[in-house]
Amino acid sequence: MEQVALDALSQIIPESRMFLDLAERYCYSYDASFGEYLPEVVLQPINVKEVSELVKLANVHKIPVSPRGAGTSLSGGPLPVKGGMVLDLTLLRDKLIIDRENMLAIVSPGVITAAIHKKAEEAGLFYPPDPSSSNVATIGGNLLENSSGPKGLKYGTTKEYVIGLEVVTPTGEIIRTGGKTVKNVTGYDLTRLIVGSEGTLGIVTEAIIRLIPKPQSRKTFVAHFNHFIDSGHAITSILSSGILPSSLELMDQACIRAVESYRPSGLPLRAEAILIIEIDGHPLAIEEEINKCADICRAKGASYVKIAESEDERDTIWSARKLVSPAITQMGPTKISEDATVPRNRIPAMMERLKQIRDKYELNLVVFGHAGDGNLHPNIITDKRNKAEMKKVELAVSEIFEAAIELGGTLSGEHGIGTLKSPYMEMELGINGVNMMKKIKEAWDPNNILNPGKIFPEKGQTKVVLVT
Amino acid sequence: MNAPATSNKENGAVQQLHTDAYDWTNQCVKCGYCLPACPTYESMGVESASPRGRINLVKLAAEGKIDFQKDLSGPIELCLGCRACETACPVGVPYGHILEAAKEAIAPYTPKKMKKLKKLALVHLFPYPERMTLLGNGVMFYQKSGLSKLVRSSKLLKKISPALAHLEQALPPIESPSKRFKPGTVIPAKEETRLRAAFFTGCIMDSMMSRINRLTIELLTLVGCEVVLPANQSCCGALHSHQGEAMQAKALAKRNIQAFMQIDADVIVNNAGGCGASLQEYEQLLADDCEWAGAAMDFSKKSQDISQILHHLGPLPFTEEYRGIVTFQDSCHLRNVQKVQKEPRLLLQSIPGIIYVEMEGYDRCCASGGIYNLLHFEESMKILDGKMNDLNKTMATTIVTVNPGCQMQMNIGIQKDGAANHIKSMHLVEVLAKACGLK
Repeated sequence: MEQVALDALSQIIPESRMFLDLAERYCYSYDASFGEYLPEVVLQPINVKEVSELVKLANVHKIPVSPRGAGTSLSGGPLPVKGGMVLDLTLLRDKLIIDRENMLAIVSPGVITAAIHKKAEEAGLFYPPDPSSSNVATIGGNLLENSSGPKGLKYGTTKEYVIGLEVVTPTGEIIRTGGKTVKNVTGYDLTRLIVGSEGTLGIVTEAIIRLIPKPQSRKTFVAHFNHFIDSGHAITSILSSGILPSSLELMDQACIRAVESYRPSGLPLRAEAILIIEIDGHPLAIEEEINKCADICRAKGASYVKIAESEDERDTIWSARKLVSPAITQMGPTKISEDATVPRNRIPAMMERLKQIRDKYELNLVVFGHAGDGNLHPNIITDKRNKAEMKKVELAVSEIFEAAIELGGTLSGEHGIGTLKSPYMEMELGINGVNMMKKIKEAWDPNNILNPGKIFPEKGQTKVVLVT
Repeated sequence: MNAPATSNKENGAVQQLHTDAYDWTNQCVKCGYCLPACPTYESMGVESASPRGRINLVKLAAEGKIDFQKDLSGPIELCLGCRACETACPVGVPYGHILEAAKEAIAPYTPKKMKKLKKLALVHLFPYPERMTLLGNGVMFYQKSGLSKLVRSSKLLKKISPALAHLEQALPPIESPSKRFKPGTVIPAKEETRLRAAFFTGCIMDSMMSRINRLTIELLTLVGCEVVLPANQSCCGALHSHQGEAMQAKALAKRNIQAFMQIDADVIVNNAGGCGASLQEYEQLLADDCEWAGAAMDFSKKSQDISQILHHLGPLPFTEEYRGIVTFQDSCHLRNVQKVQKEPRLLLQSIPGIIYVEMEGYDRCCASGGIYNLLHFEESMKILDGKMNDLNKTMATTIVTVNPGCQMQMNIGIQKDGAANHIKSMHLVEVLAKACGLK
């Protein structure tokens, strides 16, 4: 970066929030995905004016800008792949207002998502998207990556709740999209365009989020299946019976075994699948619905069904699911976590394909995920220092995406495209589909400064490269 | 621009770091779940002050991408070592070990002034019980002679070091040596003997807070412990480990194991969260030492916090009500390393008359952190201010701690706030002893 640009930056932001030394820059070179890219400078703006001025300057000097929150992305969204400046927005967190009458929240991007959950609940309201990183991740990151979590099945993803934004465009203007009304059909829906744009179209500096009434009650049960195909039938039967669970989670046999060898807790080693199902709503309704779901599981061949009768029993059921991450990382230090998503009736077919991929490449591949909405998390556990195996991982990852697309699904259900899935965009959208998106990007960001290297593949890039 | 200022390869400690800590750092999946647990990340707001940041910097240093002296020492020195991140970590990265390996590697680069202070305390003071006693007596003389009043009114200490000035005021009144139980003594149980307990006196506890040690022993005898005070015991070595002095820490560990294992006790009891954690980690500290590993494991298995013993053998024979609102500040090392959380709370709640209130952020470090508050005074005070804010919200009249550092740090906070007339900081043992009518 030229000295003149650095001097100009220091006119905008004080020294205490501008980092040039190596250690600090390295601290913003990673996220929770894969890859390490060193930025030239890290800046911590604290208001929209600073963001706007920084971006204007970057646009003049053609400096790449990578916005980031807490860096929990699993797809490489915040990585400064072209160097330049990282904008750490975690200090932009002064606003968290709950508007009870209008059932909405007005938030700064650096606010932690769990803080919104907490504040909303205190007002008797509910913000449903619940990525597993919600205690860490910022709402700005969540909405630019369009994250969700187990509750996506019933409540949808982040985009269903964002109704208004304040955005700094790639040329540094401050614009507002949408507003405080649930109904808003004025012009193009820029709010929806920006949510999930992975920081390539704008930097969100304020968001208006829709809240809904808090469900009165919830109930959970677990079902074990000796045959995977039976669990698939149970899922489709439940969903077609008129019941909409708030979560419907799945663990495969490799997952069950990993958890059981990590912390023995009586999980069935012979089972090919475990389903965890939670229903929320009116206490009388959920009582009836949970029993009906349990009956369906039994009828479809579940070997064991247990409805939690207390909060402790509920915790025990969920703890198996929560132990998945620590359990699988015992198998190796590098975890490639995917979120290929298929129409839910194709889950058994997808599982079969994943099994074939696991056998073909002889990899540690386990699957868990949000089965109710078809959002599976195939995780490959490996060691990035083992280059030969990493080459196999690259091929396996390609095949996972191919399988998802062939089955009518999508590359990403909740992690975003980032750097890891960009090579496969054409596979899902076709060349014209990708070009249309590129035209939008070019119109918004003529100098390609905002989060370059994300979503769109580099020229000639056809598959993910994890090691060189 | 990115080349290390000095070649890391030539540094033996760095090589060591590569062998000791590199695999541990690779266990980190960078999920960031540790960030909200970290007090320095909260107060400083930068990734390099977070566990994830520090782990990755250690990794980069071992890979030779950054320089030890220039890039790593700052972020590592600023860690409190509270290890709350270990509790939050979903994949079990052994942060404490990474931190200690890093401290050992950067120790040769510590600035001269700091090195002198550390050396004085760590090498020439803490390991010598007799010197600690002398120091304690000196402080007692200083407090009782009126000299302390003179020093305070002259504000002399404040001019030399605000950190020391605060610490001086935070020291509790020191009890006369005549009231101490002597090393080597056996104190019989009050009634039926239910357990034989060897008591670990600690260095600071023994010299500056000997009253708490005496009360600990008396409480133990009340619940049926025969208490043995092994002679030749020494400082636990926690501060040495935390400052990268692993060799010293190991030597002290061996001395303690030798002193305690000669005695056929059922349990080894301590009353300081930080020391207790260190005693429980002798097992890991000496795991590679075939001569000592077995004994270290036995020693660690026998080590327990006073709250565990009193809760286990209780209820205590309370004779007085304790009036007031009481809240509890966890000792990080008791909570995060020894995993003892409920016993102190249950004991407090069992005291007649007590109104127990949980404080928001009870599980967050008070930033005493061994001698962190001396070495990094400003950062420490920033965190302490947040803690005092939480404390004030509870309306508590007593804040209870289980570690000398925390107790003094809370004293500093109370004095800074000018709240000494309505809040006091007490060790759990003092509160329990008071309710049992012990003076």
